[in-house]
Amino acid sequence: MDDDAVFAALADPTRRALLDRLRETSGQALSELCDGLQMTRQAVAKHLGVLEAANLVAVRRQGREKLHFLNPVPIQGIAERWIAKFQERQLAALSALKAALETDPPQKRRP
Amino acid sequence: MAESTFLYVTFIRATPEALWRALTDTDFIPQWWMGVRAETDWTVGGAWKLVFPDGRVADTGEVLEFEPPKRLAIKWRNEFRPELKEEGWSHCLFELEPQGEAVKLTVTHSAPRAGSKLIEAVSGGWPQILSNLKSLIETGKALVPQRTAKPADA
Repeated sequence: MDDDAVFAALADPTRRALLDRLRETSGQALSELCDGLQMTRQAVAKHLGVLEAANLVAVRRQGREKLHFLNPVPIQGIAERWIAKFQERQLAALSALKAALETDPPQKRRP
Repeated sequence: MAESTFLYVTFIRATPEALWRALTDTDFIPQWWMGVRAETDWTVGGAWKLVFPDGRVADTGEVLEFEPPKRLAIKWRNEFRPELKEEGWSHCLFELEPQGEAVKLTVTHSAPRAGSKLIEAVSGGWPQILSNLKSLIETGKALVPQRTAKPADA
């Protein structure tokens, strides 16, 4: 996956707002997504195109409609690349602490 | 009809055949599906079951479509959370489409009701499961046969 495309797509507040709306109700047509936005239909379609190119939005045809869905998989990839790494260290630190405490518990008498 | 549908799309560098094997080899599935085992012989109309590592049944259902290496559909019901089991059947579809050097894998999990708790509950799991599957296949740690044409070393 192209991380640059994902970050570029997420760097725009309108596009993040569109993702939020899809998070709320997945599977929306362009017209639904335009509702309440102070933007032309073309502008919204363009933003959706950027999100789709970054694989953050997936589309599915249903009859004559093109429905847009939030695709969370690339965001998971980003989380794993950095955050999962930190969690690993925390877990390693915790398990090292646990091992240290268990091999030398305070209640045990030292020789 | 009101429906809850979540879609997950990932691009995996593999052949459709290799990805299909990874998706359907019951010995291999636990490696990317968080240790969960699938019990099925993949006959259309036959039973399908997901079992946790501790032996509890996670989900049950039926194989609806089995079209290698393109489409796999499962009728799916949760078994371990009463409030989700109560919702009844959902539908899970795997679609594989070759795209250049990769395969576009789309997982569509839907239920015939608005605001399905089951679809909401699985939405946290699918991205992680698919991400596992992708890295397992692409980093070559996977047991799935690799592409015969070896890509040029970078």
